[in-house]
Amino acid sequence: MGAQLRVYRRRIKSVQATKKITKAMELIASSRIVKAQQRVDASLPYTLELQRAISAAVSRGNSKHALTTVHDVRRRAAVILLTADRGLAGAYSSSIIKEGEALNALLREQGIEPVPYLVGRKALGYYKFRERKIAASWTGFTDQPSYENAKEVAGAVLADFAKKFEDGGLDEIHLIYTHFINMGVQEVRVRRILPVDIVEATEAEASEKLDTKVFPLYDFEPSPEAVLDALLPRYIENVVYTAMLLASASEHAARRRAMKSASDNAEELIRTLARRANQARQAEITQEISEIVGGADALSSASSGS
Amino acid sequence: MAELNVSVVAVDRNVWSGVAKSIVAKTPDGEIGILPGHEPVLSLLVNGVVRIEPVEGPRVVVAVHGGFFAVDSDNVRVLAEVAELGSDIDLDRAQAALQRAKATGEESPEDIEAARRAETRVKAATSITAAGLHS
Repeated sequence: MGAQLRVYRRRIKSVQATKKITKAMELIASSRIVKAQQRVDASLPYTLELQRAISAAVSRGNSKHALTTVHDVRRRAAVILLTADRGLAGAYSSSIIKEGEALNALLREQGIEPVPYLVGRKALGYYKFRERKIAASWTGFTDQPSYENAKEVAGAVLADFAKKFEDGGLDEIHLIYTHFINMGVQEVRVRRILPVDIVEATEAEASEKLDTKVFPLYDFEPSPEAVLDALLPRYIENVVYTAMLLASASEHAARRRAMKSASDNAEELIRTLARRANQARQAEITQEISEIVGGADALSSASSGS
Repeated sequence: MAELNVSVVAVDRNVWSGVAKSIVAKTPDGEIGILPGHEPVLSLLVNGVVRIEPVEGPRVVVAVHGGFFAVDSDNVRVLAEVAELGSDIDLDRAQAALQRAKATGEESPEDIEAARRAETRVKAATSITAAGLHS
């Protein structure tokens, strides 16, 4: 076998092996999207009820809560980035990081110091490589986040939010995550989670979804303020949890897409390589024939000449 | 007869839903019993057990951590960070966890919290078997 042909065959084999891997990853990712979506759906009843309860408590309690008041002087803001632990997901993590950079620049322009809180190994790697200061980071759960994980992240930012500015306290908290719209469409979203300002929007939303126009005159126990005190941190946790679930669904979708195009590329490559291998083989055969014919010709002309 | 539509919802799933005759829960101010026709209430729950008396079938006991509940026009919604049906709890494991938590003592707030959780789970698991015996 000719050297050229052997090289082609070897390359085809290696590309075929790669394609098998990418195909497998694509299938795994597709099955995980469905699971992730189910988890998003399963968390919805709690989210709606919580929003409803908070709206009811806010509409009754007239006190201004620490978590809902916008600070007069905004000096420091937390930026939470939800990225992936693993790569091979196309631009999933890098678009989050890019959005984070844009937000950092915007905050600095307004004289606010951004403080990064990172979720996922990809964001951590990016910040570590540039030797930036990180307030906190969490890794190891981005493809299947649990409520405990969300609680940890929310707890850390809430604790920092409660501190005084001099001790490293925060004035606002922004969350950047990838919203899962459907299998084909996901978009990066930036959301301010603290101070909470979506209360009135959720009231309309919640009543629309639950089909009740007015809140019943709840009897709050122990008091509207106490209920709000207990529920607002939960609400933040829930927002983070929901964002994590959506982000993990998006991550799997991004990975599926990336792996699908990798498989398609491998397929394409195999096709062109096979063509070239065939060409090489054909050339080899043609050459052999012409060598034989030439040899025979030379022999016959030599014998007839003698 | 009027009935209560009850749903028990944890953060990540629906734990139990159905029609019930009554429900007893524990608030920071003490136990509260809800019967059909109760006025609207929105209350916090302390970690503990919620007992539901369904229209059909045996009593349902749920161990609840970090939750609240809302009652309006005979709809009762119990929401919790963690909610487990008493029948789903492995009593032996829960008891082992309780022993462990007691053994480590009550040094840090986490330990106390863990002990309380274990105790609630044991309570939920045992009361479901007790209810089973009566019926």
